[in-house]
Amino acid sequence: MARSLIVAEQARGRLSPNTAKCVCCASKLADVGIDVVVFAGDASALAAEAATLSGVQRVLKVERPENSEPLAAVLAPQVAALAKDHTHLFGSSSTFGKDLMPRVAGLLGVGHVSDIMAVESSYGFLRPAYAGNALISVEADSGKIVVGTVRVASFQPVERNGRASVEAVAVDVPLPSHTRFVSRSEASGDRLDLQSAARVVAGGRALASSENFKLLYSLADALGAAVGASRAAVDSGFAPNELQVGQTGKIIAPELYLALGISGAIQHLTGIKDARTIVAINKDSEAPIFEVADIGLVGDIFQIVPELERLLRSSSAARNA
Amino acid sequence: MNTVLVGIKRVMDYSVRVRIKPDGSGIISDGAKMGINPFDEIALEEALRLKERGSAGEVVVVTVGLPDSQQQLRAALAMGADRAVLVDQSPINELSPLTTARILLKVAERFQPILVILGKQAIDYDNGQTGQMLAALWNRPQATYASKLEVDGDRARVTREVDAGLETIEVVLPAVVTTDLRLNEPRYVKLPDIMRAKKKPLEVIALGDLGVDCDSNLRMRTFKSPPVRPRGVMVKDAGELLRALKQRGVL
Repeated sequence: MARSLIVAEQARGRLSPNTAKCVCCASKLADVGIDVVVFAGDASALAAEAATLSGVQRVLKVERPENSEPLAAVLAPQVAALAKDHTHLFGSSSTFGKDLMPRVAGLLGVGHVSDIMAVESSYGFLRPAYAGNALISVEADSGKIVVGTVRVASFQPVERNGRASVEAVAVDVPLPSHTRFVSRSEASGDRLDLQSAARVVAGGRALASSENFKLLYSLADALGAAVGASRAAVDSGFAPNELQVGQTGKIIAPELYLALGISGAIQHLTGIKDARTIVAINKDSEAPIFEVADIGLVGDIFQIVPELERLLRSSSAARNA
Repeated sequence: MNTVLVGIKRVMDYSVRVRIKPDGSGIISDGAKMGINPFDEIALEEALRLKERGSAGEVVVVTVGLPDSQQQLRAALAMGADRAVLVDQSPINELSPLTTARILLKVAERFQPILVILGKQAIDYDNGQTGQMLAALWNRPQATYASKLEVDGDRARVTREVDAGLETIEVVLPAVVTTDLRLNEPRYVKLPDIMRAKKKPLEVIALGDLGVDCDSNLRMRTFKSPPVRPRGVMVKDAGELLRALKQRGVL
């Protein structure tokens, strides 16, 4: 029987939706039992949240002062020690999961399946490579623990109607002191989370300045959308790094993706392929973004975007009148 | 000595269109343009800058690959690396990241670097594992997705690009650092550098001589192309766009 352990992660003090997506992935395994482990200085609130995830049997909370910041070098030996009774060990494809899980695999001396996008069998997984241009079926030995990250754009979060037990667990392993957290800065503040937003408005190099990016923020507010950016826009300093969408940034799957002045390099397209509806607005009718767009509009974003926002606001005002 | 070890990988150029073999056994790479994995070029550039600032001594570049990876090592020497090591994996075509990490550990044990700098992922298999695995096996710190690296005495301060924004950590050396896009912009190589690189030492080690366990619990079974999105519609203006969105039930 498969028994999975999922490493919970937090975002802005709450349980990240990524953890509910990992549970969804683990629930696709045959004869499944699912545990979630929460690491924190004080893990009570997070553990209580994790206990509501449908399909989870046990939530293990590991509270140590050293666990108050998510340092892979500190967490990995604890995860490795806890995973002794499990057949599968998952984190999400966030920077937290991608930093931590391969280190755990290294400690356990097993391979690591990155970016699981589908479960084909309890020991068979589909994953993307070559910027999503190849999908590879990976088969794992059933005699060894499977360690991997779950591609969050490929799974829906499970419902929050479960009632798992919560157990405090002491993990008695020596922790390294060679790594120290210093600081964290979040430039995008309290805007909607790009990874989990249902709608995303993203801008490219054509925005030409961080000042012009305000056009996007304003449209995003009218739409109730998060803001994203192409690599070119981030490299040029128009938008902060955490907004980057693509092969090396965030892979997202919103209901609606609006690409404004984004040409659509293959590395960008790999980050948005799972969006339900892709809209592209670009003045270059030959831009590759139009090959994947469900709705395309050739024109000047500096004229179209304010017009679009005006129409959106007036139609929602009409609805609310 | 303050050696910095840089790991590079020979990959298909990012601009090459990816084609799957008809039998699903892999990627068609015959005759394709090959180069250094872009993240690894950033890793090498960072090592060279550390050396130029006086924070590092010798820059050693290492790759694990087939003999043709010597081209990429020569390119790295032309960029400014002092010496190069090829761990020749023939006749094995594909090695797992765990095996690569085990090999890099052997190389690290020999050169005793203060830093091992690697790309955060290679753009072929997009695994993003080798640096973290090496750090685990070596029992040393890791600082992944670096966008800023400062070495100060026996420590390094690294700013990392994480989902929430930027995070800064401090690690005791030696440590493993993996590079993100905005760490630096790699330099261009000039012709005299290419000539000079021909005289720099390039050592070839047979994988078999390292005594590394090459078994993996994972196997890549079949490759396939992703589903293609059906061609969409074009609209003329913002009003038409809004109507099309409402029609699809997205708004």
